[in-house]
Amino acid sequence: MKRIVLAALAAVAAMSGSAFTAAADPVDDKLVIDDKEMIIRAPAPEGHPFEEVMSGWLFREAETRATEADSFANPGMLAVEQGEEIWNTVEGSAGKSCASCHNDAAESMKSAGASFPKWDPDSKKPINVELQIDKCRVKNMGAEPYKFDAPEQVALTTYIKHQSLGQPVKLDLASGEMQSWFDKGKDNYYNRTGQLNFSCSSCHEASMGKYIRADHLSQGQANGFPTYRFNTGGMVSLHNRFRGCIRDTRAEMPKAFSDELMALEVYVTWRGTGLSVETPAVRQ
Amino acid sequence: GWAAEAAEVAPDQVKFEDNMVAASLTDAPGNPEEGVKVFVNRGLGNCLACHVVKSLSKEQFHGNVAPALDGAASRWKMEELRAIVADSKKVFGEQTVMPGFYSLEIGDNVRKDLVGKPILTAQQVEDVVAYLATLKE
Ligand code: HEC
Ligand code: HEC
Ligand code: HEC
Repeated sequence: MKRIVLAALAAVAAMSGSAFTAAADPVDDKLVIDDKEMIIRAPAPEGHPFEEVMSGWLFREAETRATEADSFANPGMLAVEQGEEIWNTVEGSAGKSCASCHNDAAESMKSAGASFPKWDPDSKKPINVELQIDKCRVKNMGAEPYKFDAPEQVALTTYIKHQSLGQPVKLDLASGEMQSWFDKGKDNYYNRTGQLNFSCSSCHEASMGKYIRADHLSQGQANGFPTYRFNTGGMVSLHNRFRGCIRDTRAEMPKAFSDELMALEVYVTWRGTGLSVETPAVRQ
Repeated sequence: GWAAEAAEVAPDQVKFEDNMVAASLTDAPGNPEEGVKVFVNRGLGNCLACHVVKSLSKEQFHGNVAPALDGAASRWKMEELRAIVADSKKVFGEQTVMPGFYSLEIGDNVRKDLVGKPILTAQQVEDVVAYLATLKE
């Protein structure tokens, strides 16, 4: 099932040379990956500030969009390959790999990526894919949890979410105390931070579809994470992106997987309900 | 020169009345040539992140989050421009996306090294306002 990833270095999104950015709306286009059509526009769930939820793909330059649409050109597929290797590697004192218990990820992880964060009755908190990996490593493998953004953590997360490619995002907010974490996440989303005094909604709601400098502002959806970014030439995890956006308000960055960012992940993921999982999406 | 010694109105002492700040924030006059530098500088005003200005077309990437500022001085008095730059929320309301450049009524959890500091100095605000005053229709 291994792929050879070609053109990993190709297609750095070309920026237009002109000073003025066009008042561009999201494109009217279809996204087909591996012969599967992705849901990139969906009717918003009840209580959502928008009528329609839209994938960040719709807001990117043509070259970036084309790179995501072609799995052989998508450099993020390297992380999927690395993740597959880790999946099958025995580690820890129990002498097991992920595959020892979960067998073929294409079957066992088929819908997992579309339904995280979930309620975790053991920690009495929401759990995301990264923390579920750590939970299995510690509890079931006798291995150490990963450090935040360790390449192995990002690759394995990318691999697991990629198994749900095309599946619509759907959270179970009725489970455990998910609803109160959702509420907290919503508060965080609208809370202004930093010297620049922005909330997430300043950029991804009030200014959605506009340009801030050269950046075409999307709805800030989570469905493509971890994403490949041309800017940094590597994979970006969701909490890394959250921290970057918060840093840009000139605020202190909350810790990855802190209660604050877990609540935000629950709420932001819900805001993309109905969009296909696109992992690994490609961004500039 | 001696401008650095000029008296300043502190950020929490700025008086807003009828969408205006009547008095200069310093006793040195604003300098439009310094103002345009602050205006385009990404670490200072970074005003082009959100606003287009046609006469600055040599600068790359003007955002369009906000209205173009060409002709701003024909729409607003100097005292109104000073209020908008010092704390836009006093003029446009709490919901505006525009940051307050000389205000301490800002967001939570401000980066530690910036606590208690406005984005621009009083003199930089006066310089930017002097530059805006040149943007006539
Ligand atoms: C010894 C058995 C065992 C091993 C080894 C193991 N897991 Fe698990 N895994 C489980 C069990 C049991 C559950 C369900 C209950 C829970 O959350 O612990 C689970 C749940 C999961 C889930 C959630 C699936 C869903 O649909 O909600 C993911 C994702 C997962 N494991 C990934 C991994 C990964 C990645 C590894 C290797 C790093 C791994 N597991 C290793 C036993 C194991
Ligand atoms: C000052 C503007 C600004 C603020 C405030 C901001 N963001 Fe962003 N965000 C961006 C830009 C620019 C991008 C990259 C372009 C895009 O996808 O919109 C981005 C991208 C994202 C993405 C990736 C979208 C994708 O499809 O790849 C997510 C998720 C996101 N932001 C979430 C948030 C959250 C959550 C907050 C608040 C904690 C936030 N942002 C605050 C500017 C901002
Ligand atoms: C993050 C976005 C953002 C930045 C950065 C920003 N502004 Fe604004 N500005 C706005 C918005 C939005 C409005 C429109 C008022 C509203 O609707 O809230 C505005 C309105 C204005 C107006 C009135 C416009 C008119 O002609 O009616 C002036 C003048 C102005 N800004 C000056 C500046 C200056 C000077 C700077 C930099 C020092 C700056 N702005 C930086 C978002 C921004």
